[in-house]
Amino acid sequence: MDRYPMGQYDIIVIGAGHAGCEAGLAAARMGKRTLMLSINLEAVAMMACNPSIGGTGKGHLVREVDALGGQMGLNIDKTFIQSRMLNTAKGPAVHSLRAQADKNAYHAEMKRTLEEEPLLDLKQGEAVDLILEDGRACGVVLRTGAEYRAKAIILATGTFLGGKVFIGDSVYESGPNGMAPSTDLAERLKEYGLPMRRFKTGTPARALGESLHREKMTRQQGDETIVPFSFMNDELSRDQVDCWLTYTNEKTHQVIRENFGRSALFGGQIEGVGPRYCPSIEDKIHRFPDRARHQLFIEPEGLTTDEVYIQGMSSSLPEDVQEAFYRTIEGLEDLKIVRPAYAIEYDCIDPLALKATLENRAIGNLYCAGQFNGSSGYEEAAAQGLIAGINACLKLDDRDPLILDRSEAYIGVLIDDLVTKGTNEPYRIMTSRAEYRLLLRQDNADLRLTEKGYRVGLVDEERYRRYREKKDRLEREKARLADIVLQPEAVNPLLSSLGSTPVKTAVHLTDILRRPEISYGDTACLDPDRPALSRHESQALEVQIKYAGYIEKQLQQVEKFHRLESRALSESLDYGSIDGLRLEARQKLNERKPVSVGQASRISGVSPADINVLLIYLEKTRRQKAREEDSHE
Amino acid sequence: MEDTIAAIATAYGEGGIGIIRISGETALPLLEEIFEPFAQGEKPVNRKMTYGRIVDRQTGQTVDECLAVYMKGPRTYTAEDVVEIDCHGSVVSLRRTLELILRSGARMAEPGEFTKRAFLNGRIDLSQAEAVVDTVRAKTEKSHEAALSQLEGALSRQVRTIRAALLDLLVNVTVNLDYPDEDIEEITYDNLINQISLIGEMIEKLRATTATGRMIRDGIRVVIGGRPNVGKSSLMNGLLRESRAIVTDVPGTTRDTIEEVMDIRGIPVYLIDTAGIHDTEDRVEKLGIQRSRDAFEQADYIILVLDGSQPLQEEDEQLLAEIRGRKSLVLINKEDLGGRISPEDLKEILPGADVLTTSMATGSGITEVEDRIEELVYGGQLHQENSVLVTSVRHGELLRQAAEDLERGLAMARRREPLDLIEVDVRSAYDALGEMIGETVTDTVLDEVFSRFCLGK
Repeated sequence: MDRYPMGQYDIIVIGAGHAGCEAGLAAARMGKRTLMLSINLEAVAMMACNPSIGGTGKGHLVREVDALGGQMGLNIDKTFIQSRMLNTAKGPAVHSLRAQADKNAYHAEMKRTLEEEPLLDLKQGEAVDLILEDGRACGVVLRTGAEYRAKAIILATGTFLGGKVFIGDSVYESGPNGMAPSTDLAERLKEYGLPMRRFKTGTPARALGESLHREKMTRQQGDETIVPFSFMNDELSRDQVDCWLTYTNEKTHQVIRENFGRSALFGGQIEGVGPRYCPSIEDKIHRFPDRARHQLFIEPEGLTTDEVYIQGMSSSLPEDVQEAFYRTIEGLEDLKIVRPAYAIEYDCIDPLALKATLENRAIGNLYCAGQFNGSSGYEEAAAQGLIAGINACLKLDDRDPLILDRSEAYIGVLIDDLVTKGTNEPYRIMTSRAEYRLLLRQDNADLRLTEKGYRVGLVDEERYRRYREKKDRLEREKARLADIVLQPEAVNPLLSSLGSTPVKTAVHLTDILRRPEISYGDTACLDPDRPALSRHESQALEVQIKYAGYIEKQLQQVEKFHRLESRALSESLDYGSIDGLRLEARQKLNERKPVSVGQASRISGVSPADINVLLIYLEKTRRQKAREEDSHE
Repeated sequence: MEDTIAAIATAYGEGGIGIIRISGETALPLLEEIFEPFAQGEKPVNRKMTYGRIVDRQTGQTVDECLAVYMKGPRTYTAEDVVEIDCHGSVVSLRRTLELILRSGARMAEPGEFTKRAFLNGRIDLSQAEAVVDTVRAKTEKSHEAALSQLEGALSRQVRTIRAALLDLLVNVTVNLDYPDEDIEEITYDNLINQISLIGEMIEKLRATTATGRMIRDGIRVVIGGRPNVGKSSLMNGLLRESRAIVTDVPGTTRDTIEEVMDIRGIPVYLIDTAGIHDTEDRVEKLGIQRSRDAFEQADYIILVLDGSQPLQEEDEQLLAEIRGRKSLVLINKEDLGGRISPEDLKEILPGADVLTTSMATGSGITEVEDRIEELVYGGQLHQENSVLVTSVRHGELLRQAAEDLERGLAMARRREPLDLIEVDVRSAYDALGEMIGETVTDTVLDEVFSRFCLGK
């Protein structure tokens, strides 16, 4: 095959899924000439699995991506067809936004955004090799022989890389949703010594909505008041579509059990590791034989198609078995399947091979994001794509990288987990993975991150202005509220009307607001000078006041956490030369090269005693250096 | 800014003065909180010893009399503000003072942490860096071993049981928080309240019964039993001679029993002599046995004294039968007057009896009795320096934290506060217990979530 030069860019992104889109847009918006490659342009921002964005933890990620200047929040706000805020009764830290997307619209809208981005070129093409020079990635070779040169490459290959689909005993090389797989690149990456492995995931069947008996299922509607994902949107209103709830039954389970032998999952063909939180229906029935039923949601795939997604029912059983068991379910008796369920296996990297910037440790200027890093989910992918894109730009500009820590963002938790602890299954974010959950709320993602996004040059002036104004308004209002003292005769009528204990002496309004049964809005009648705040803002304010005690406690924990996190470790440090470190610690630290003592402390095999040794070593070298400098003067 | 740490700085011994060292930003305010100089209006002054008392503000009780000195940084051992309190030496008061300091906001120092801070703050010369590494390394590992070996057996099992119950609760809460749309049972407030109070009670029970902890803190009750004139009061006097009496506000002796409080190798011991039981006018033997039984009931440890110069009497046999199944020691006394009873004679009545042959008249056997008491408290572990004491204070502190977390969680649940806040308290209690047994891996919760619940699309 002839190879021929086709052009020069600053950054090339391989893959245009949810990670690739954020990476490419971030790079271009930060002033880099950027090329985005996709095997098929119809796969841009393709939702290969569920037609929804958000949910617990994931909704937080979308908010954070948005706060940093990413696209996912804006794109889903334009294209959602149902929106719900989950967990509203369970506390401010776990309120989670989820929206059903119109899949085609989501794809088309994102594609249009990429096309309109001035410094971004979107091209259909399959990357088959990387060009490496001096241990650094500096170009991409396409299937056609075309060569593109660049200063940094971002890998966001998703389930395309080494993709293999399983339906019963039929196994074939394929990308997601019938797309072509990427085969050669995976081989090259292995040859270059990257620690690759196999993961798997699966998706349920799609069927025609007209074949459903909706009258036998439970309707699930969207929220009346829609909360947008993006901080750039105040209010949104839209006609929403319904989802439908139904259940499997003993007959379903019987059909599946009788056909266990025909499932690829139990046939031993699948070597990849699948996620525990996303099991196929045969796996659910196998592992939980006592459960009488499993819940499933029917979700529309969009407004321009009649296709529906059968959530909760992914499978790698043969098509005839699929049709048989789906049709045992109430409401699905006449189901017309248009795309069968399948399992897909793909190549990904062991994320321990990555730095916290998402740059590959072995090959310089090669950044990695999304499912390639062993994660799962659109939102997890977008978050990593954004960070990889930002850090590639920062490195080219010789600026400090953007590393969010575990106390700053779910993005920080996600990336730190991946690159420090690694993962044995496709990694999904969950609110319980975050130590400082009460600080990492979805209502304050902008307050936490927009300043950082602005400083790296991704957040535009308009977003920054909105953030500043909101921040000022909240601070002013908090200070104003703190000064308000109410007399018993003024406040007691309201308290008794809300079933709250009356007070005997004058009280601060903020103390009244700490009572669980009293909301900020309830007290408006006692407070004539109150300024107009948006719904977002008053909610954020209320959370800050109501849970001040717990928030303060977590802030103290964070302060402690930062003491080790702020002790930077140089990448050139040779741990083998540090006396007092145990052998295992020396090896692990040399392998991983943590950025901070804090990160070092989370590496398995590094003990508290090793951390003490490290701290003493750092102090020793600091003093030695100071002494040398003194003697030079 | 580093947090304020505290620890017992002196090696644990029987006599002398015990020093507690506090280092960090809040060392002085902390001292002012717990310390009251005897001189009216006096306040701790930089580098000046002040005489006063340690006061528990919650109860108003005086914990100890002591000398305290405050040293302003940076010219101190750690280069931070440092406070040193010289307690009068009883392990009990030392321990109580340390507990009070921890409760008032200091953190228990990690092993070697004072030295580490001294170095990191530039107080120890660079040339000694290697030595500092060795010290810190050795202390960390030794204390870890000590902590683990301390926790073998019953305590460890109990902590694990409670932690398993907490894990159960935590898994339920987590799945409720992270999987709102799944077909799983919603956790109700009633459910939460029930489970948290149940686990809280388990912890309280453990706090009350943790052998070493309770015994060091509250002392142990040792009851001396036996017929008249077998040598009970000689034993008592022998132990008293060897030890130091503790002045306490324990109510006076009862009519039938003589009670003394003493410090045996750092353990407060309430020694109860049942002498009076047999000296009452009512000499009906049944009653004597009955009364001994009542006294035994209250005992942590029973020492039954027999007269070795005579064959075993019927009453001896009855008393031996009474102490079956109890932690006890049988002394065959008056060995100098001829051995009419042999240890083998006792095995039938009291299988597995712990028997010593002694002579209170010559003082032989007193040390062995003390050994037994010490062994009872420390479970046969050799306590090198202050490791046992320190680890038990650490355990006590962690249990206290866990209990406090659950109390707060319970109050939150009763007020119907949101689940995600209650989770913070439950997790915090879970982590505290994990620290006790050296298990802090957080992934367990998620592993359990996925193995118990069928989740996902």
